[in-house]
Amino acid sequence: MSLARSARALPTLFKVGFLEAVAYRAELLVWVLSTTMPLIMLALWTAVARDAPIGGFGQSDFIAYFLATFVVRQLTGAWVAWEMNFEVRQGTLAMRLLRPVHPFLSYAAENLAALPMRLIVAGPVAVIALILVGSGKITHDPVLWIIWCAAMLGGWLITFMANLVIGCLALYIDSSEKFMGIWLALFFVFSGYLGPIALFPHAVKLVAAWLPFQYQIGFPVQLMTAALARPEALVMLARQWVWVALLVGLTSLLWRGGLRRFAAYGG
Amino acid sequence: MQYRSDFVVDGLIEAFWVVTALIPLFAVFKLTRSLAGWSFGEALMVIGWFTLLQAILEGAINPSLTAVVEHIRKGTLDFVLLKPADAQFLVSTAKFQPWRSLNVFTAIAIFAYSFHLLGRLPTAAGLASAFVLLCTATLLLYSLWILTVSAAFYVVRVDNLTYFFDSIFDASRWPSSVFRGILRFIFTFIIPLALMTTFPAQAMLGKLSPSTFFTSVFGAALFAVLARLIWLRSIGKYTSASS
Repeated sequence: MSLARSARALPTLFKVGFLEAVAYRAELLVWVLSTTMPLIMLALWTAVARDAPIGGFGQSDFIAYFLATFVVRQLTGAWVAWEMNFEVRQGTLAMRLLRPVHPFLSYAAENLAALPMRLIVAGPVAVIALILVGSGKITHDPVLWIIWCAAMLGGWLITFMANLVIGCLALYIDSSEKFMGIWLALFFVFSGYLGPIALFPHAVKLVAAWLPFQYQIGFPVQLMTAALARPEALVMLARQWVWVALLVGLTSLLWRGGLRRFAAYGG
Repeated sequence: MQYRSDFVVDGLIEAFWVVTALIPLFAVFKLTRSLAGWSFGEALMVIGWFTLLQAILEGAINPSLTAVVEHIRKGTLDFVLLKPADAQFLVSTAKFQPWRSLNVFTAIAIFAYSFHLLGRLPTAAGLASAFVLLCTATLLLYSLWILTVSAAFYVVRVDNLTYFFDSIFDASRWPSSVFRGILRFIFTFIIPLALMTTFPAQAMLGKLSPSTFFTSVFGAALFAVLARLIWLRSIGKYTSASS
């Protein structure tokens, strides 16, 4: 499969993915409603900060933090692990393998093509956030916004690649959905999804520094809420992309080994 | 014992989820002494109730939900509907997995620990009213579940309804007084999460007023009747699949 041919297929793949997202809009709505946890956590933390700011966070800081979290999660979401599990079990992964485009590329296109639909959800939330907290809580530095774009891409790649790793595991052990459960539980604790990591117990902070999760949510959110200066942001970005590289390596390793074992039952 | 590795992994995931419930609580109470009028021990009680209900959900409710969603997708719900018994009864007793309810013990441990923190023992009246509220909470959980299944008749892809259900239920791990305004209204009257964890916890602490107690019992009954009506309506809409 040549690069040129893959590139030529991309627009069509995006179109198919987009139409799928439109066709299953009810499912998208269910998914959006399922990811309202930042809003619940927002209620919790603002209740804590009602009387006095907590650890440098006032109520409006929390509002900015959690609405940014919501936006970042909407835009960097991936769900390939479930899809791969389903396709391995049903044997339909064989169809994907027959196409002259690498399966990873078609998964990626499907995921990214849902972005316009997700923007419809995330856009208004971002506007509400701006109106509620004013522009003071959000960074004005254009350099940081450029870093933010790279960080969002990196965050999505980490989510996507971790999904692929777990999806590839399904080639070895038939069903790896349980692993996705463990990954998600860790993600909730260590990504900053439940609250700013800076406010968490010291042990959690130490562990989080060595895990990829905070680069999925916490890092882009910190960039948006002006919690990082330029040098720090660049160091974090470098670390994030080290994780991306590691996960890409792991994915291709598992994929090559797993494909040899794939037997396409059902079909 | 055939699926030992599944059992271990399941147990690990459950343990992780309990931890995800506790870490924010620890983080919050490291920084403040009282959360919307609740002390650490009292808020822990609410988490205990959340864990208890989650165990009931895992062991008695979710297995059947998964089964019925599968029925709808494959079109085999027809066979259930043809049986000469009430369909709601049949689908909700399809499957029980009591071994997934291990978290009942975690919940009891949390209750014991929070009473230890508060430095007193539960009163008999508190326990009795908490028990009544446990029954109504289970009824509410079940009604919410029936509503979710009813939604399965309308939504095309239904696989992730359990996930949706879990994430709504998740909000009930916090005392309801945390929520203000519109959220508080929703969680008390529309999705009665407050009745499921906060009120029972208050009852156990002996802090629940009799009027709230009776209103919530009545409210739970009303909610169950409503859920039943909506179920009957949506089952009428059901038009089999793949046949």
